[in-house]
Amino acid sequence: MHDRLSRRSFIALSALGLGGFFALWALLAASALVPKLFLPSPVAVAERFAELTQQPFVGYTLQQHLLSSFGRFGAGFALAALIGVPLGLAMGWFRWLDGVVSPLFDALRFVAPIAWVPFAALWFGTGIGGPILIIFSGAFPPCVINAYRGAKYVEPRFVEAAQTLGASHWRMITEVLLPASVPSIVAGLRISAGLGWQSLVGAELIVASSGVGYLMVKGQSNISTATVMSGMVAIGIVGFAIDLLLRSLEARIHRKRGR
Amino acid sequence: MFDRVTRTFERDGQPVPALAEMSFTVREREFVAIVGPSGCGKTTCMRMAAGLEFPTSGSVTVGGRGVTGPGPERAVVFQQFALFPWKTVYENIEFGLRGKGIARGERAERIARQLELMGLRDYGSAYPHQLSGGMQQRVAIARSYVLDPGVLLMDEPFGALDAQTRVVMQEELVKLSRVNPRTVLFITHSVEEAVYLADRVVVMSPRPGRMREVVDVATVRAAEDWDRHERIEDVMDQQSFVRLRTRIWRLLREQQATATEQP
Repeated sequence: MHDRLSRRSFIALSALGLGGFFALWALLAASALVPKLFLPSPVAVAERFAELTQQPFVGYTLQQHLLSSFGRFGAGFALAALIGVPLGLAMGWFRWLDGVVSPLFDALRFVAPIAWVPFAALWFGTGIGGPILIIFSGAFPPCVINAYRGAKYVEPRFVEAAQTLGASHWRMITEVLLPASVPSIVAGLRISAGLGWQSLVGAELIVASSGVGYLMVKGQSNISTATVMSGMVAIGIVGFAIDLLLRSLEARIHRKRGR
Repeated sequence: MFDRVTRTFERDGQPVPALAEMSFTVREREFVAIVGPSGCGKTTCMRMAAGLEFPTSGSVTVGGRGVTGPGPERAVVFQQFALFPWKTVYENIEFGLRGKGIARGERAERIARQLELMGLRDYGSAYPHQLSGGMQQRVAIARSYVLDPGVLLMDEPFGALDAQTRVVMQEELVKLSRVNPRTVLFITHSVEEAVYLADRVVVMSPRPGRMREVVDVATVRAAEDWDRHERIEDVMDQQSFVRLRTRIWRLLREQQATATEQP
């Protein structure tokens, strides 16, 4: 059924879903079922959101908090990609490395990013290292796993064609194995960015003195539900924007290869 | 070239024979086609000549030397083209030349000549997916031809094409190999294709693959002057062509009968 919907009616349905959600929210807030303190109306949240972009809260405006969050995210994500992708590729190409790393990796990746928080707090306190470590722990596994799959499941016909054309080991890696793995790597980066961004707030809830997560914790201690919800909205919007960006990169690669 | 080559695979710990005591030779500048039913090991033959697989016993030699691995002196055209989708047509054809340490200028010249020859002149900067199946296979053939290989190995290169495109490609391959004869080992399950293209046809029996007979086509082709015809259907109309085709068909049938009689 899904693919029979025209694009236009799909957009209309999306609007309906969003509109319905806000209507329900407004209705619930307007009724006295939930105290205003715990569920401010959508308008109240929007107002608070606008206010946060103008006036500093716990030291910074919302944009500044976002910027500092984004900086941490960028550092953690870049580190995860720079270490994870080459490691995954190498594990896919060299069986011995796969053997050495796999058991450790498979055990460690089940330690959720939030479970790294106490450890990060002990090591780094509220320094910059803590959040980066936690983001890294979220973003790292998908980088490794997808690069590994991409490298391991390169279609044999490409490898054989290159061999019969006399490719050296180096050219086999740079011109065949690596480009063949690119779609899988980029898909991994997209998942990784999403998980990293999600872990970020967990990190900032505890081990930071700025950032959106920090803003939300402070909002909570001031019993300002609107502030907390504004932070949630900001996280959602930025996360969506990151995903959109990486999705367009993915689409461009697939278009170029005709898939 | 092939001397008493046997190849067995293992399946569930059991040895499964694929080829048994296969011996034949492809002469310099000769076009040899191998025909046989599916699973008779003809692709295995090609892969062993390419150095992608190795005989369990016996030996495969090219130019007097044993085959130890794949290399550009034995270029392969695969059934599924195997063009690199991340490279342009030009870069695909250039891939093997770069490995041979040929200077950029000469590479460009040779590629331009090859593109012209294969009717691909305006497609150098296209990506494979932008081309039709027939065009993609032309690129794959060009990629092998440009290397000027001692031996050209073709594994059912037209198997994935529609009937009309296949005929066009067969005619072009005949022209190409008359202008520029090569040592070719060509795998196919089409009897017509084998008789039309090859100088000699190796007929194989089903699993384990054995050589049944080698049918000489070149003598008949020269005597009847098939090459005066431009079109495949005119060649196929010749009495001599029909006789050869029928003979190979009978050979294939007989062995199928014996194969099914076995319990």
